[in-house]
Amino acid sequence: MIEYLQILAQEVYKIIFLLVPILVSVAMIVWLDRRVWGLVQKRRGPNVVGPFGLFQTLADALKYIFKEIIIPASANRVVFILAPIITMTLALVAWAVIPMSEDLVLANINVGILYLFAISSLGVYGIIMGGWASNSKYPFLGAIRSAAQMVSYEVSIGIIIINVLLCVGSLNLNDIVIAQKELWYVIPLFPMFVIFFISALAETNRPPFDLPEAEAELVAGYQTEYSGMMYAMFWLGEYANILLMCAMGSILFLGGWLPLMDIYPLNIIPAPIWMILKILFLFLLFALIKAIVPRYRYDQLMRLGWKIFLPFSLIYLVLTASFLFYFDKLPKVNI
Amino acid sequence: MIVHSIFFYFFSVIAIFSSLMVITSRSTINSVFFLILDFISVGCLFIMVGAEFLGMILLIVYVGAVAVLFLFVVMMLNVAEQKQSWFIGKKSTHIPTGLIVSVLILLELLVVVGGWKYKEDLMSSSTLLLSEISNTHQLGLVMYTDYILYFQLAGIVLLLAMIGAILLTFRERVGVKKQSYLNQISRDPSNAVELIEVKSNQGVKVDD
Repeated sequence: MIEYLQILAQEVYKIIFLLVPILVSVAMIVWLDRRVWGLVQKRRGPNVVGPFGLFQTLADALKYIFKEIIIPASANRVVFILAPIITMTLALVAWAVIPMSEDLVLANINVGILYLFAISSLGVYGIIMGGWASNSKYPFLGAIRSAAQMVSYEVSIGIIIINVLLCVGSLNLNDIVIAQKELWYVIPLFPMFVIFFISALAETNRPPFDLPEAEAELVAGYQTEYSGMMYAMFWLGEYANILLMCAMGSILFLGGWLPLMDIYPLNIIPAPIWMILKILFLFLLFALIKAIVPRYRYDQLMRLGWKIFLPFSLIYLVLTASFLFYFDKLPKVNI
Repeated sequence: MIVHSIFFYFFSVIAIFSSLMVITSRSTINSVFFLILDFISVGCLFIMVGAEFLGMILLIVYVGAVAVLFLFVVMMLNVAEQKQSWFIGKKSTHIPTGLIVSVLILLELLVVVGGWKYKEDLMSSSTLLLSEISNTHQLGLVMYTDYILYFQLAGIVLLLAMIGAILLTFRERVGVKKQSYLNQISRDPSNAVELIEVKSNQGVKVDD
């Protein structure tokens, strides 16, 4: 029993060591997002609090903490309070399996990619529960839209993951990274990378697919009735999810913690820094797209997901499988 | 080992409690939430016995997709109206049907558990005994070799069910305006904008 408690204490220490950097980087990423958005629109973006406005998010969070939490009289109290908690928890829990280097990972489990996929498909509950519990028109419509959107795009993300898994032959995230030592999968599976990126935009409700919170039609979607810290939890959870999708993209297609090339000046840079650089690169693309692309119409969004991405990724899956089989490149399992 | 059993009892108590709550709670939406909790704790039990692949697939398929559809349907129901018809007043007609279904499921459970206890080697296939390889590989080894026919049959049954559901709910509506993406994208100023000389007191007729 004592032994078990010791192990538990060690794990808690590791978890805190993982969570604090993630929360800090979520705060920084919000700042970066607003900054890029501002620069594209020829504004300055947040630049007042701290050097270059770096502490803007901290100031915002502090403001949210001290604001009053208002629960609507007709709301379902328990579910209403549970919804932001679920969103935030799920966004953070998924980070347990993300490898920052070969051994810098909290839980190196066999079915890492399935775990990531499962957690990201649970994310829809926070939104549905929030929208339903508010007991109000716009939040409900926003929640329904968002749930339909997330469920549709998950299908194509699943098939894209199968594409990568066919080339790797393992569900372990570290194995997926190591399999890309010779060639990052972004090169042979480039169309899949593009579809994954667009589906990730839709999955995290980012512009141009931010229909659940289309302010012109639905006020603020499922978050309309939320205030204070509860709103902030939705907001931070959303950004933690975006970072998670970027991490997933860099593991599946950009070689995770591997250096750009295995030559002298590049391979002395430690692995976590490569991982962070790749996540940042993907996030910059997210931020730029938010600034330049106009919002989709809802029927266009559904058509893109079901009629274009799903058939295309299925056909590409068959192509990948046939190619691997014909050239005898299927991953060998040594039993 | 003691820690293992603590976790086992923790998850199984949650599973049993939430499955009881599914059938006893008065509000349908709470039932669905308890059903989700039940799925999650059963998934945890799967992972505890080492069936990590099954546990994760349970989470992805049931919690991530099926229960979302349940929630969709239940949220569309009018809760107040339903309470009146189900719990107050007239006798419920659901009880006989429910009894038949639950007796059937109970019989199936008895057959499965009894068969397993009766013939111990029923569960252990010779391929599964290679404990060196991971759970997912083991499943793949038997599913696509020994049981490929059943696997394909299950797939066909699911496909048929999907087509049937679409056929049942499909209705063609006449007189509904549909947007053609091809026409929308291929519009250009030369055929979209028209300059008309409007005569006074006559106006123009624009096709809408």
